[in-house]
Parts: sequence; C-alpha cells; structure tokens
Amino acid sequence: MSGELIDPEVCERVLARALANGGRFAEVFAERRGGFTLAIDESRIESVQSGAEEGAGVRVIDGGTTYFAHVDGLDPADLERAADEAASALRGERRESRPLQAQAVTPLPVEHRPEAVAASRKAGLLRELDERGRAQGGEIAQFTASYAEARREVTVANSDGLLASDDRTRTRIGAQAVARRGDTVETGAETLGAHRGFELLEDDPALIAEQAARKALVLLDAGPAPSASMPVVIGGGFGGVLFHEMTGHGIEADHIQKGASVYVGKLGEQVAQPLLNAYDDGRLPGEWGSDAIDDEGAPTQKTQVIEDGRLTAYLYDHVTAEREGVASTGNGRRESFRHLPIPRMTNTYIAPGDATPEQIIADVDNGFYAVSFGGGQVDPATGDFVFGVSEGYLIEGGKVTRPCRGATLIGNCLDALAAIDAVGDDFFMKTGICGKGGQRAPVGTGQGHVRVQAMTVGGTQL
Amino acid sequence: MTELATSAQRAVAAAQAAGAVQAEAFAARDSGREVRVHGGEVESLTAATQSGIGVRAWIGHRVGYAYGTDFSDAGVEAIAARAAASAEVADEDEFAAPPGPAEVEAIAGLSDPGLAAAGADQVAAIALTVERTALAADPRIAGVEQAVYADSAEQVAIASSTGVAGEYETSSCFAYLQALAEGDGARETGLGFGLARGPDGLDPEAIGAEGAERALAMIGAAKPSSRSCPVVFDPTVAASIAGLIAGMLSASAVQRGRSPFAGRLGEELASPALVLHDDGRDPEGAGSAPFDGEGVPRRRTALLEGGRLQAYLYDTYTANREGGASTGNAARSGYRSLPSVAASNLVLAPGELPLAGLLSEAGEGVYVTDVAGLHSGVNPVTGVFSVGASGRTISGGELAEPVREFTIAGDLVALLSAVEAAGSESRWVPFGGSVKTPPLLIGELSISGS
Repeated sequence: MSGELIDPEVCERVLARALANGGRFAEVFAERRGGFTLAIDESRIESVQSGAEEGAGVRVIDGGTTYFAHVDGLDPADLERAADEAASALRGERRESRPLQAQAVTPLPVEHRPEAVAASRKAGLLRELDERGRAQGGEIAQFTASYAEARREVTVANSDGLLASDDRTRTRIGAQAVARRGDTVETGAETLGAHRGFELLEDDPALIAEQAARKALVLLDAGPAPSASMPVVIGGGFGGVLFHEMTGHGIEADHIQKGASVYVGKLGEQVAQPLLNAYDDGRLPGEWGSDAIDDEGAPTQKTQVIEDGRLTAYLYDHVTAEREGVASTGNGRRESFRHLPIPRMTNTYIAPGDATPEQIIADVDNGFYAVSFGGGQVDPATGDFVFGVSEGYLIEGGKVTRPCRGATLIGNCLDALAAIDAVGDDFFMKTGICGKGGQRAPVGTGQGHVRVQAMTVGGTQL
Repeated sequence: MTELATSAQRAVAAAQAAGAVQAEAFAARDSGREVRVHGGEVESLTAATQSGIGVRAWIGHRVGYAYGTDFSDAGVEAIAARAAASAEVADEDEFAAPPGPAEVEAIAGLSDPGLAAAGADQVAAIALTVERTALAADPRIAGVEQAVYADSAEQVAIASSTGVAGEYETSSCFAYLQALAEGDGARETGLGFGLARGPDGLDPEAIGAEGAERALAMIGAAKPSSRSCPVVFDPTVAASIAGLIAGMLSASAVQRGRSPFAGRLGEELASPALVLHDDGRDPEGAGSAPFDGEGVPRRRTALLEGGRLQAYLYDTYTANREGGASTGNAARSGYRSLPSVAASNLVLAPGELPLAGLLSEAGEGVYVTDVAGLHSGVNPVTGVFSVGASGRTISGGELAEPVREFTIAGDLVALLSAVEAAGSESRWVPFGGSVKTPPLLIGELSISGS
C-alpha cells in the first residue's frame, strides 16, 4: 500500500474549505513528480536533466460546472489557498464531506528503482545503444538515443470519502537512426517503455538500436508509396494505434455526451465483423498505460469495448459517469496536478485472432503492408482519422514485395472498423504518448496483424 | 529587482557554490485562467499561478540542467546541486558555453493591463458569446463541442554568471471553438479562433461565426478523386507548413545532418513568391520577447527571400559551432526545458492577389482548409510528407463542393519552389508555432482520395 503525500486530516480540512460556498463534490489531488532524462547524439552524452515538482489541484463541482485551481507546493497553506481559489466563484451554502476512508491500493511493482541507479550507468547504456546502432552498417550516418525515467506519487481525496494513493514509475528508452546512400536519406525509430523500473533494461535494451537502424537501412531501397484505395495489412504492436484512433477516442464518454462522436447511439450495435474483440485495460502488469488507480482514485479495470463485433462500452471518468448514473470505468486521467481529469484510454488493444500473419497477407492480391508507424490523429465528431506509416511494403499476388517510404493512411472510423476482416494471432503491445485537450498521457496500444479490406493510402505514386 | 530576478541570481550563486564554473538560471511565473463552456453554461473554470526555476550548469565544457518549483533557499540549492551533478554526467563539448551579456531593448505592448483587470465573469462571457454566435448562425449548426477562452500573464527573469540579467512581462489570451454542423446524414466540424494580448483584442462574434462557417461549408463533403493538381492552402494550413520548414532550418538539425536544408545556404530553392522571416520583436506576435531563452536579444532574420535560402536559426551553442552569432532563437517551453533552437514568430510576406484571385489562378484544384497527422506524416529529416486533409474543390476558379478524407503528399523542399503566389491578406495563426501568413497557391501537389 502506498503512503499518503498529505495527512488525511489536512485533506479533510482542504475539502471542507473547498465546499465552504457549496458544491456537490470536491476533490484534492496532490502530486510529487520527478524525472531524469539524458540523450546521446553524435556519440556524445548531452541534454542531461532532472526535474522535481510538487503541487496540488482542487476542484469543486456544482451543477454542471467544475471550478478548478492548482498550486505549487504541498504545504497545508498551499492546499488551502487552492481550495479557497476554487471555492471563490461559488455563492452557495456550506456542504459537508463524508469522513475519509483510506482505500487499499497496491502500486504496480518496481523491482529496481531507477533513481537508485548511477547516472553513469544510464549514460553507459546509451553508449551501448549508440555503438550497436552504428554497427549496423556504414550507411548509418546519424544515430541518437534517449533515456527517460519518471516517477509520480499521487494522493487523491474527495468529498465522497475516498482517500487513495499511488506511486508510479515509468522508464523508457528510444533510438533514432538516419541512413544515407548518396542523396537518399531515410530514418528509423524504435522505443521500449513500461510502467516498471530499471529492470526493464536488463534484457538486451540495445536491441532497439539495431531495430531502428534496420528500419532506416531497409528504406534506402524504398520507392514512393502508392496513392490509391486498396486492402491494407497493419503489423502488430504499435499498429494498434489504428484502433486507438479509429475507435478508442470515439468511445471516450466526453465526446459521446457532447454528440461529438460517430459512436453516439451505437452501444450494443454490430460495428465490426464478429471476429473482432477489443479491450481497454488499465491493469495489464507492467504496461506503459497501466496504473493501480486512475487520477480520480478509481481502480483501473479491464473493459471490453468490442465483443464479437458489437460495441459494448464507453470509457468514463467521474464527471461523465455521474452524468449518466453509471460507474466510472477507471479512465479519469490527468497529465499532472495542473490539469483536470478527462476520460482517456489506458492500454487499448485488439485481442488476438486465429489467423497467422502469413495467411493474412497471402489472401491479398494487390495491397499495402504497413509495418512501422509514426502515430495518428482523429476528429471523433466526423470520424475522419489518419494514421502515419513510416515503413511499408507493396503486397503483390499474396507476397510482400518492394519497400515504400512514408505514407499516411486515411479513413473514416465506422467504415474502416467494419472493414477489418482478419485478425492475427501474433499479439504484442507497444508504448505511445497520446495527446487530448492539451494533455499528454502514456498509453499502450496492441494487436496482432490486422487486415482492413479497403483504405486510402496517401503516397505520391498515382 | 523583482523577487523572480532575485531568485534567479540566488540560483546562479548556488550552482557555482555546488561546483559549477558557469551557471545560468531562468525563472518564470505564470498566472492563467481557462474557461470552457458547453450548452450555454460554464463547464469548467480554472485559475492558477505556477512558477519554477531552471538552472544550467557548466563544468568546463560539460553542461547539465535541473528544474524545480521550490523557491526556498534549500529548494533552490537542491535544484542548483542537481544541475551541477547533471553536468558531471555529460560529455565534453568544446562549444558548450553560456552567452555573454548583450544590450537588450524593451518591446512596448507585450503586456495588456486589461487582462488582469478583466474578471472571471467577463472572460466567461467571451466564451459564451463565441458559442452563442455559432449556434445562432444557421439551423444546421447542431452544437458546439467546446468553446474555450484562456489567458496567461507571464513574468520571466534570467541571470547568469557571465553577467546576463534581464526580465520582462507578457500577456496573451485566445478563444476558440469547434462547431458541429449536421447535414446529408453526417456531422462536420469547424474551427474558429482568435488571439490577442488581452480580452479586449478578441472579437468573440467573429470567432463564433468562423467556426460555424467552416463547419457549414463541409456539409455534404465527399472524397475527391486521386490526382495531381493546383492547391491553395488557407492560412491555418500555410502556417503549419511554415512551422515545419522553420524546424528544418534550425541550425541544430542542419549541423547534425538531420535537415534536408543542410549544405544548401544561398541556394535558389524557393519561389520568389515565398518570403519567410523569423521575427522575434513584432509586438503582435505571441512568440515575441526582448530576449530569448538564454538572454540573447530577439531579432528579425530573413530565412527565404528572393528565392534563396538566406539563413538558418541559431542559439548560442549552434552559433559557437560555426564561430558565428546567435540569431536569438533559443526557445524554452517554460522553466522545465533546456533551451533549444526554434522559431520565435514566423512571418510570410503577403502578395498581390486576394483569395479570389488565387482561386482564379488555380483554375481547377483543391482549397485545403485543414490538415491532420502532421506529427506522424512528416519526416523532418528528409522533408517527405503525407498528411490527411479536407477542404473544397476549386472549379472554374471558384470554390465548389466540399471534400474530405484525402491526403496531400510530396516533398517539403520541392514545395517551396512550387509556391506560385501568396495572397494579399495575412492573419496570425497559432499553428506551427506563432505564424502570420496569407493563403498560398501551390502549382501542383499529389492528392490521394478515391
């Protein structure tokens, strides 16, 4: 169980002040955050930096309005100042909080605290990545790598009597390679991250350097990507960004309640072929998007969002759940104490299917095979989404043929979701950073190979 | 001297006491508000002040950084000590050194006293008016996903062991909305926005009307056919493109062989119609300040002019590598970040023709009003791009039916020479950084649709 950042008595006092002028609900979210990052570029260790911040955000909800204030510092006086500021716009009668009940929370395990590892060892790790990346061939012209560790200790207390704390440590490394042959320049990138400590890096972390370099080298032989609508096979792991954009954002309850999602009114309906099952799971051990509790103190959970092709759930935070009289799904997340929680994905994935990647590709006569991805973006209201592919191949006569450089895939959520006609058995997860409403959140994405019957590939070759 | 400037001086002394040979401290305090409204009611009201300090420490030619929010003596000492410890981890880099002091000229008009004077009700009314105007514009406006007003009053102070000492204040505010229009069995979205130094500089009716107009214009949008054709970028799209170009003109990317512009200084690679400056002193620009993130005076730098690549953007480190001078482009995203090279405000020079003239020149083509996937669809090392887009077709030199769900793709360097004309009407756009730009006519670009 995790210790509280602030004394429960102080929490109660702060909540009482937050409700001094009325309000249905009040919450204090306290956080201590620290991090350490460094990079290697031109084979030199640089950009070594460390940060330490602490503060709290207090919100009061009255009717449909949320009043929010945040302060730096965790002294009782700082917290009371935030409570007074949040309450200052209300004009009602004092409300009482329920007595706080500490929740038993078991933070995700961290075996090897990154702060306890000497900085020189982290620098040594990056030198190892640098050597490994550059060793992949004389055509590797540039190589950079980065290391980041971050810890967030949080305590949340609210007027419903909830008191919960969590302690989260994330570790991540990244590698980027630039390959050059004459005037042709190509890039490749790879990352490794988890909600874990330095133990993440015990098992050949420099493999990502090799993978980044390989991607860049392969693309030296690439031609332009096609510009056409065709069947597309999406590779496993970070290919799950497709589902994240195409469905995940559209089922976040805030979009639904504002009528700004193409998934409005689709709950219980068949939105995909029966072979499709998908989840948002904030409890996957060690995964990048996992936490023991969300940033409102609700336990994270595994939510099936697509069952045999039917849409089975939306993703809720406290406010959106209360509005519909349902329970939060543990998806209330915030970038820091300076942000209001909003419904966010945790780890979102398409569950493994029966097909092998080879079968999925063999059935395509003329198509596109997307292997490495840059990320994506969606407008949930219109359903238009894009999905950046950094490494792709043509599929001709059921076989993977020539490599293609960057192309964006574009589609509309409901059409593309219904067009998934094969799901592979080669499931794995990758890390991503998702942006929504100006807030960044670590999210996991995953899948095996997936085939979409038709999608627009936005290359330059007509 | 303000309390913030004193804190910066304290941090410099603390870093030197902790073993730094040279040190620099950047302190910032920001008071901000944000109002989100939905359905005629305030959905959330945020008010907060935050402050922090970031310290760079040099030990010989090794540099390290640390930041924190604790301004107490012990807190500042801890930050300074972590900065010095970070420097011990870095490798020697002969060009790593702090800038010396320089004459800094103040810029009038960066801070609007009207911002602090406006109460919460007054600024909430701005967001409510934005939403109400959009809803009243047309019965086909089905709603507003969100209308937002936000502002910020920022104080910055910098000090260093080499004698840099400066401080300034700025204010800014903006309002935007995402309007939803319904028709032809589909929903369309439209963005409206405005930015200013203070709330009096915003026109909430115009912002609401723009969001409604953009959403309505998209009703009935279909996929265009794949082709290569003339394209007109509206200012929001032109700004995003300008921001990408400026990123590739960072001396940091150029020196490290990660820019398609490396080794091309002085070359004729753009159309003479495309004139691009970085201007860190325009009082209207959100990126303006008397000095940059390491205390070097902001200035105006020609990047593309007369069709030629005129300059790259430098901070002190990248300038030292070439034995040149910083262009005052050390950027920081607050006290948490090390300075790095980035544009301040980008200004694209206007041309002769109004939008109607550009469309007429285009004849048959596409008017692009929105792009998506810039973070995943553009390779900044090679300049190859492929991004999602929506807008209107251009038929007979005039705007025709709306189009969506297509991509535009090509090469950003080649795009510079394909610019045929810049429009005559510019506006400030908060995309691609802070950019003032007219619409642009591109001779030919690949469109991927059905």
